[in-house]
This record gives sequence, C-alpha cells and structure tokens, in this order.
Amino acid sequence: MLDIEIDGKTLQVPEGSTVMDAAHQAGTYIPHFCYHKKLSIAANCRMCLVQVEKAPKPMPACATPVTNGMKVFTHSELAINAQKGVMEFLLINHPLDCPICDQGGECQLQDLSAGYGGGASRYQEEKRVVVNKNLGPLVSTDMTRCIHCTRCVRFTQEIAGLMELGQAYRGEHAEIMPFVEQTVASELSGNIIDLCPVGALTSKPFRFSARSWEMARRKSVSPHDGLGSNLIVQTKHDRVLRVLPLENEAVNECWLSDKDRFSYEALNSAERLTQPMLKQDGKWINASWQQALDYVAHAFKDIAKDHGAAALGALTAPQATLEELFLTQKLLRGLGSGNVDSRLRQSDFALDGKLGGAPWLGMKIAEINALDRALVVGSFLRKDQPLLAQRLRQAAKRGCQVSLIHSADDDTLVKIFAKSIVAPSQLPGLLAQVVKSAAEQKGATVDAELAKVSVTPEAQKIAASLVSGTNAAILLGNFAQQHAQAATLHALAQQLAKITGAKFGYLGEAANSVGAYVAKAVPQAGGLNAAQILASPLKGYLLLQAEPELDCANPQQTLAALQKAATVVVMSPFKLASTLEYADVLLPVAPFTETSGTFINTEGRVQSFNAVVKPLGDTRPGWKVLRVLGNLLGLPGFEQNSSEEVRAEALAGQPEFVADRLNNQANGVVLNLSLSAAGLERVSDVPIYFADALVRRAPSLQKSLDAKQPRARMNAATLAKLGVAAGKQVKVKQGSGVAQMTAELDAGLPDNCVRVAAGHVLTAGLGAMQGTLTVEPM
Amino acid sequence: MSTQQILLAGLDPNTGDQTWHLADYVKRGGYAALKKILSENIPPENVINEVKKSALRGRGGAGFPAGLKWGFIPKAYQGPRYICCNTDEGEPGTFKDRDLMRFNPHQVIEGMIIAGYAVGSERGYNYIHGEVWSLYKRFEEALDEARAAGLLGQKILGSNFNFELFAHHGYGAYVCGEETGLLESIEGKKGQPRYKPPFPANYGLYGRPTVINNTETFAAVPWIIINGGEKYLELGKPNNGGTKLFSVSGHVVKPGVYEVPMGTPFPVLLEMCGGMRNGKLKAVIPGGSSAPVLPADIMMDCTLDYDSIAKAGSMLGSGAVIVMDESVCMVKALERLSYFYFEESCGQCTPCREGTGWLYRVVHRIEHGLGKPEDLDLLNSVTDNIMGRTICALGDAAALPVRSFTKHFKSEFEYHIENKKCLVPPEVQREGSRIYVTPNRVPSC
Ligand SMILES: Cc1cc2nc3c(=O)[nH]c(=O)nc-3n(C[C@H](O)[C@H](O)[C@H](O)COP(=O)(O)O)c2cc1C
Ligand code: SF4
Ligand code: SF4
Ligand code: FES
Repeated sequence: MLDIEIDGKTLQVPEGSTVMDAAHQAGTYIPHFCYHKKLSIAANCRMCLVQVEKAPKPMPACATPVTNGMKVFTHSELAINAQKGVMEFLLINHPLDCPICDQGGECQLQDLSAGYGGGASRYQEEKRVVVNKNLGPLVSTDMTRCIHCTRCVRFTQEIAGLMELGQAYRGEHAEIMPFVEQTVASELSGNIIDLCPVGALTSKPFRFSARSWEMARRKSVSPHDGLGSNLIVQTKHDRVLRVLPLENEAVNECWLSDKDRFSYEALNSAERLTQPMLKQDGKWINASWQQALDYVAHAFKDIAKDHGAAALGALTAPQATLEELFLTQKLLRGLGSGNVDSRLRQSDFALDGKLGGAPWLGMKIAEINALDRALVVGSFLRKDQPLLAQRLRQAAKRGCQVSLIHSADDDTLVKIFAKSIVAPSQLPGLLAQVVKSAAEQKGATVDAELAKVSVTPEAQKIAASLVSGTNAAILLGNFAQQHAQAATLHALAQQLAKITGAKFGYLGEAANSVGAYVAKAVPQAGGLNAAQILASPLKGYLLLQAEPELDCANPQQTLAALQKAATVVVMSPFKLASTLEYADVLLPVAPFTETSGTFINTEGRVQSFNAVVKPLGDTRPGWKVLRVLGNLLGLPGFEQNSSEEVRAEALAGQPEFVADRLNNQANGVVLNLSLSAAGLERVSDVPIYFADALVRRAPSLQKSLDAKQPRARMNAATLAKLGVAAGKQVKVKQGSGVAQMTAELDAGLPDNCVRVAAGHVLTAGLGAMQGTLTVEPM
Repeated sequence: MSTQQILLAGLDPNTGDQTWHLADYVKRGGYAALKKILSENIPPENVINEVKKSALRGRGGAGFPAGLKWGFIPKAYQGPRYICCNTDEGEPGTFKDRDLMRFNPHQVIEGMIIAGYAVGSERGYNYIHGEVWSLYKRFEEALDEARAAGLLGQKILGSNFNFELFAHHGYGAYVCGEETGLLESIEGKKGQPRYKPPFPANYGLYGRPTVINNTETFAAVPWIIINGGEKYLELGKPNNGGTKLFSVSGHVVKPGVYEVPMGTPFPVLLEMCGGMRNGKLKAVIPGGSSAPVLPADIMMDCTLDYDSIAKAGSMLGSGAVIVMDESVCMVKALERLSYFYFEESCGQCTPCREGTGWLYRVVHRIEHGLGKPEDLDLLNSVTDNIMGRTICALGDAAALPVRSFTKHFKSEFEYHIENKKCLVPPEVQREGSRIYVTPNRVPSC
C-alpha cells in the first residue's frame, strides 16, 4: 500500500494506483473527459491536471502513478489554472450549440464548463466545422462537437473488440471516423453514446424526443439474453423514450448490448395488441376482458371434459416473467395437464428427469473474467451473448486461452486459441475427441463408446489447453442447447469438466431460461415437452408471450399443430399476422415495461422489477390475467394480490440467488455419437435481432446489418457442388416447406452445410433448425 | 581549441557521395570499435561506462546523457529489446543527420550495433524521414554491405553476438520524430506520442525495453570506444562532451553542416560560414525552430554548448542554427513558424491541438494588419496554457518561438499592430518561402 495525501486528506491506496484512482477512493472529484475506468489511459484531454508536490508542471491525474508519500492538490491555484486553461481550449472550437444539442442537460462538457469555463470567449477566430459521419441506424453524429477524447475509439477497439472507429488526420484537422466497414456494426455500439462526454455521438432513435430532466428514471431488467442486464428506463407521459445501463459490476458492468438498449422501440409498435379479441365465425372482434376470459375458461373446461386435461398444453416464452411462468404451469397443472414447456428452441429432451436442477452458467458471471482456459461449445458467441462474449474477450486479453468448437466460423472478436468447425452432426464426435484426449493426458478412463473415437490434432490441442489450466470452464452455447444431440453434448461436456477440473456451464439463452426451470414451467414426470406438445397435436393451446412460428425449433410442425387445434389462446403484447390465422383468443398482456416481474439470469441471480409505465390501452399484466383465469376456472391457489406474492410462492421466500435450484449434473445419459447425416445439413443461427418478439419489432435494430434477410450461406465447395452462384436466388426446401432466398458465400462453414437463419418469417415455413434440406438454383 | 572532427572528418560534400561505402569507411578506421569490442570481449557494462564517461549528450534535441539512458535498460528483462535510431529530422532548420547519413552511413550502423551489444539487443531499426528518399535508399545499400561483410546478422565477426538492423522510412510527419510517436509509427500505427512514463527504456517498441537515440548520437559512439570516453569529453567542455554538427542556414555566405567541438564560440562558427551575406546580424535561432530566438548581441556572447545557450535563455536543441539579418520581419518569421506547428500537431492532446491553431491565427492576423493591442498578452497567456501541459514536447516547441519572438522583438509586433504594416520596410525584405496552406483547410484570419 502507498500513502498519499489529496487536498490534505491522507489515505492508503494499492500499488499501481493512479492519482485518479486515489481521488475516487478519497471521494474527491477531479474533472476529466478522456479517462474512463474501463478503458485504457489516453491522457489526451488534460482536464484532470492537478498539482503534485515537487513536480514543476501540473500532472494528469488519470495517468500519474501514485508514489509513496505523494502530496496532491486538486484545487490549488496551479491546478485550477491548468484546468481552466484546458477548458478554454476545449471550448474555443466547440460550437456551444447546447440549446439544439441532444446532450444538453447531461453533457460533461456543459457541466464542467459551468465550473471552469469563462463567461465570454477570448477566441475571436473562426471555429472548426467537421462533417458528420454515418455510423449506422443507432448512433447519430454531430462531429463538430467532438472533443477528441477518443473514448469511442478505445471502446470499439478494447471492449467491442474491433477498431471500427479511428482518429484520422492530424492536429486541429483530426476527426473521428469509421473505417472498417465504413460504419459501426458492433452489437455493443450504443455504448459509445454513453461514453461520449459531449453531444457528438447521440442516440439516433431517441434524439430530439425529450430533455433528460423531463424524463422519469426507473430501474428495470433486460428481457433478452440470459445475462439480465440492469436498465434505467426513461419515460415521459407513460411512454418509454430511452434505455440506459444501470451499472452493475456483477452483471452488465456499465455496458448494454444494442438489443438491451434499443428494443424499447417495439413497445410503441403498431403491432401492439391493446384490447382482448375473439374470433367469431372467422372474424376478429374486440371483446371485454370479462368476455374473453369467460371464453377461455369455457373452452379449456370443455376440452378437459371432452378429451381429458392432457389435451391441453402451454408453450411459454423463456422471456416471460417468473410470475407469469409460475402461474401458467400452476393453471395447467390445476386443470390436470402437465404439458408445459418454455424451452421452445430445444429439440433434444433426453436430459429431462436426469438433470440435478436448472441448467446455469456454472459460476458467477464475473468469474468469467478470471478464467485462464475456456472451451465454448456451439455458440454464435458475439450475437447470442454480446456482453458475456465481452467478458471472455477481456479474459482472453489477459491470457485466457479461449477455444471454440462450433458449426460456423463467425468472427468472435475474441482471441481464439484453438478452434474446430464441423457440421452439426459431427459436433458430438468432435467433443468426444476432446474428452478422450483430455482423459489420455490426465490418465483418466473413459467409456467404451469414447475409446473408439480417434483424436484429431485440433481436438488434442484444445484438450491440452484445458488440461494445462488452473481455472477452466466449458460452456455450452445456444447452438449446443438447441442441438439434436444436446443431451450427448451435455454429458460429454460434463465428463470433460470432471476430467480437467473445469467448471461447466450453460450460456443461458433467454432472460428467464433459469427462471422457467425454477417456476416449473418445464415438464415434470408425465408431462409433455415442447416438441411433444407440438408433435402430438393437442386440442387446446395456451401461448404465453411466445410467437411459436418464430420461437420454436420446428416452425413447420408448430404451425401445423396450432392450425389443427380447437382452441388457441394467445397471451401476448403483439399481434403477429400469422397468429391471427390459428388463434381463437388474443389477450393483450404487458411487455416487461408495463408489469412487475422477475427474471432469474444465467448465474441464478433473482432480479425483480416494477412496471415503468402504465399498460397500453386495455393491456394487463400477465400474472393478473392468469390469476383471474385461475379463479374463473375455479382452481385453488389463485388468491395472490401482488406479483410479489406470486414470486414468494414460486421461490419459497425472497432469495437473491436460487443457488439450491441450480445444477448442471446429469446422470445416466446415453451417449449418442452416431453420425447419420445424409445430404445437406442445416446450420441455424437465431440472428440477434430476430431472437424475440421485442427485437423483431424495434425499427432501428431492424435497420442494422445484423437484421438483414436470411440468406442461404454455404462455403465455396458446397456452392460449387450444388451449381449455385453466390448472389443468386435459390429455393431452400425442408420438409413440406420452401423458402426462396439469396445464396451467399460463407467460407467459415463446413462442407455440405447450408446456414439458414431461424426466427424469421422468411424461413418460418421450413422445418427443424437442425436437419437436412435441399437447395435448388432458380 | 581543438579542430578534431569525428563525424564528418575528411568528408567533402563534393566527393562524399562516392566515399560512403563500407570499404571507404573501413579505410577511415571504421568498424574498428566493433572489432575491438568483439575480439577483446569487452563486457557490455564497460561499453556503457565508457559512453557515460564521455558525457555524450543526445543530439536529437533534449541533450539527455546517452550513457545514462542506456543504463536504464532493465538488466534482468527476459525477452527482446530494441535499438531505434531517430533519423526523422523534421525540425525546420535541421539537416545535419542528412549529411551524416549521406556521407557516413556506416558510422551510424556501427554505433547502433555497439549500442545493441551494450544493452543486449539483437534488433534495431533506423527510422528515416521519407522526404529525402535517396537517404533511405543509401542506408539500405549500406545495410546490405554490412550484412554481406558479416557485420550484421548472426554471429557477427565470428563472435556470439547477433544483431539485425533494418531501415524504416516515415512519411514526413514532424511528430514522428518524437521518440514515442516514432515507436508507434514503426509499429504501424498512427504516429502519436505516448504519455510518459513509462519511458521507452522500460516500455518501448512493441512494449519492450528500447534505446532510442538520434543518428548523430549513435555515430559518435565508435570514436568513444576507440579513443576512450575521457578523450571525447576533453574535445568539448565539461558536461558537454565531444564535437557537434551544426546545420547553419539563413543569411550567411556558406550555409551548410559544420562539425565543431562543443563550446566553440558562436562568432567562430559564423566565421566558418563566411560571415553574414550582406546586412547585419539581427537574430539567431540556435537550436532548430522550436528553440527560442536570441537577439544578435546575446548570441554573439554565447558558446555553442548545451549549458551556455540554456543560460542565454534558449536551447542548443538539434544544433540547427538559423541566422537572420536585418531584412527579416519578425512577425512574418513567427507566422511562418507558428503555421508549421499548427500543421504538425498530432492533435491528440487538447492544449496543443487547440492552442497551436489559436496562436497561428492570431499571429497571422497581426501580420495581415488585423492585430489588436491585447493580442500580445493573449498570445502569452495562450502559450502559458500550452506549456508543460501536453503529452509531448511539441506543445512547448510551438509555444517557445511565440514567447521569444514577442519578448525580444516586442516593439516590432507593437508597430505592426498599431500601423498595420512592417517595421522592416518591404523593399528591404527578401522573398521568403511562402506558407503552404492545404486546400480546403484554409486557416482564416
Ligand atoms: C515534436 C518532436 C520532434 C522531434 N523530432 C526529432 C527528430 O527529428 N530527430 C531526433 O533525433 N529527435 C527528435 N526529437 C527528440 C526525440 O523525442 C528524442 O528526444 C531523441 O530522439 C532522443 O535521442 P537523443 O537522446 O540521442 O537526442 C523530437 C522531439 C519532439 C518533441
Ligand atoms: S466522438 Fe465523443 S467519444 Fe468520440 S472522441 Fe469525440 S468526444 Fe470523444
Ligand atoms: S503535444 Fe501536440 S504533438 Fe504532442 S501529443 Fe499533444 S497534440 Fe500531439
Ligand atoms: S482525464 Fe486525464 S487527461 Fe483526460
């Protein structure tokens, strides 16, 4: 520890601290622009100049290491003069257009100039004007306001992993500009809006809609991936106008992914369902809640009476709240049906009944940063888990060896130590090789099934890396969880973790993937799983917050089942055109901003939130609707008066973590390494902006590169084999469905694989996410 | 006073383009120092000690003792270390390294190899400015000769010492001469100076310990090894060892590069240059464009060494002596200098990025008859806010000319502001070089 005195206050700081760190610790504010605790030190703005005893010149606090016995004066005449001098320089070329600047009221330059700026400018010369840049649909630029702090540049390089922005030209002509793809395509790009201390980078969807002081700030939780980013939702007149990160070092740090930040635009979508609706004689009519719920209660009772309760089933989105999930399963089970599942994109359920608890990350989120070895199995890492990927990126920078086995070779922007990319059908075999090799290196024994596999050098390299670590993890991504041999992948990963002493976890797909298990919105003994619910068409379906034709593993089968059913009840904030065809009742339930609720993230952290705005139109919180429906059905246990009561019942208390419900250990899984894949294999990703009902309707996200129409992507050899030219239209056929799309070269795909995205209307007529298909030139 | 020359001894601008080759250099006693070190197995510490004893101070401008700098390289460091030579030579008025590289490239190479030996480095780069392409080409040829003769590469001269040396050329940015800007540039990045500490000795090229010296600094080393540090020190003055190259430009009869011992009185150098062309000496910038200007009377009393010039209020800098006679309008001269710094600021740090443009625009205004009485105070105050507050010394370099010109020639500036014209009558002024203004970036008045 080092002794330091700041403005007469003495304290001890750890070795390696800067004066800025020490000032933070002492609670002393030193003005700054370029400094940011998560970014490298640039020391370019010079706003943080302070006086250091014995130093002849003022020193930048952000870049000056503390030495023992150092005395720092942040408010001495020397320091204040230096800070005022810098402020004057920053303002001479600044347009001072605060009245028309979107940053006004929340601008660091504006705030600090109040303290350090002069009343009038001594600069009488002409000011600099800088041409604006196109940074895509999310970030708006007013580059004349830029103060060249390079926070945005450092963010893209250091945190987002690709230096998409740079400072070109010299001196006063220096300009921040995009140069990689001529725009910013990162899934984390919105963070540069927060980082920019001035109004040079602002939110394109938000700008000019309100002043910061006019909006209420409410806490919430992101309803997308398994991370559960903490949010500040800003509202005005019961409308969500902006979403910002709520700092939580343990979860999202100070970042948000773009979907966390911009999906709020969907809340005001024209597709919002604002009133209960009933289909009568093929026509949709508006109904009162009373009418609609009576209708549902009767229909469900009739089905139970005529066909048995087992003819009822519920498909619940893993983005629904814990309270909604809990009441849905309670309602179904109350009626006598165990057919409820939230794992809509899963296709292999062989783990059911064998798993010790809810599958989870296997560690705390923050522990990712400290890993020294990691193997990611089956994940479109950056797009499926933008901020978890960011943590792995930081770990890799510090020396963690990150390896990847997968069926596509998208750039993770994480330094990858070793990787192997194989067709989906080969993935279990590949992981088996890693297990075998690790066992050989560790002198452990493996099953007879594994003894047969022969190990490739890549698998051996990955195994050697894991074996040599002291803090390793094996992580199953969305693709592995959705894989047709998901249970085998799980069992292999579990073995590998045991052999190598690694942690073993799931990169949680959705905001409530863990919550769904905890709420028992997954089948228990005797109940049907999602695939079975759709495969053996049932008479009555309850769809909670889900759009099954886009959210399920096999949309073709899903649509067929729903169209055949007698009654389909949809509880959703939106009305999707294709839903109107099969549904009988539409119940407008609140999205996450209009209801209280709880998400349990991938590390098992229980995060509750309140409604931030009033429900739109006749929309009601889902938990209330279910509670009333329970009453109408005459079921016991539907007396809750608040979502808190529902939560307390679901969790048996108010835990911060549901540690006792989490368990990735599965016993008695039969390995299925058979490699039967004749023909072309489909590789499906769920593109980041098609993954759930909200992002699909967020206009600005839909304008970004990640939201482009699905293509039929193949490597050069496969294109050649099929006689298809990249850029040309092709017919993709799977099962009974056909989709017409453009063929595209994707050199990272294995031979005989066609990558066709799921979650999009264009491909909703096709079959299972994993399976075989054919491609024909048009 | 000694007239010994050690850098350009016996090299004549008329024949020098033929006598730079390895064979010529060897004939002049070249590579003897390297052979001595390797054949006698002189311990690296002794080499550093000899350089320390010589009081050889960095010839790039700052005058930092070279031996001390070499001694900063951490002995225990595992992994590569680098030697970098700074031949960027972008400071207006400076053209000494040009002659050295043109007529005597092997002496630079030998100095760098010895430096590599002294600090345990196996790889060096010479960063050569891109404006005079022939220098870069010649250095590449010299490297080829040295490699062919076994003076570079593996097991040099049969010893166990390996050293590779490469030439790297810049593209004409002055700021790439700043040592850390230069390192960034070699690394393939934008040439922007780094914040120091850490210094290159600990965190240099590719983050490895690095010695970076000026071309002339390296070129002095072989002589020191052969003749001993003390001998070198004796050539000059205490604390200011050896000889120094001065690139003299301006209104002298024979502008050019002159090698004289440190401590030579300025009038002696002026004599060597044939004295003033016509007209009377008005002012001298003794150390390159960033050194404060000195009026004739002060300058005539100086000796040419770091300490004497510093006492007079300026800097020996790179030894670029810019001589001005009575025909020079100091406002115009300052406008020219200020434009240079405005155009060359890397733009990284606020005071320099914003301040250099401000300074230039105000001086430009004064020169064009739009000055205001308060402008001189304003200029001073702006320089106050730049100096000592920037990442690299370019900020100071931009401020010092403004301060010294307005201090020593205040009346000329006041006259300009009041009368909207030069104190020096236009018919007396000579046509100077004109300011080149990048199209579309016209700095306004
Ligand atoms: C803006 C700027 C430009 C510089 N240009 C040069 C140059 O062209 N050549 C040079 O040797 N040193 C130059 N320097 C000085 C170097 O930073 C450094 O001090 C020098 O290379 C060290 O070598 P020395 O100790 O042998 O002088 C420059 C410094 C600054 C601030
Ligand atoms: S755009 Fe904003 S964040 Fe980027 S350098 Fe300019 S002021 Fe800094
Ligand atoms: S002082 Fe000027 S040249 Fe040096 S780093 Fe700062 S802006 Fe760049
Ligand atoms: S905050 Fe320290 S220089 Fe910018």
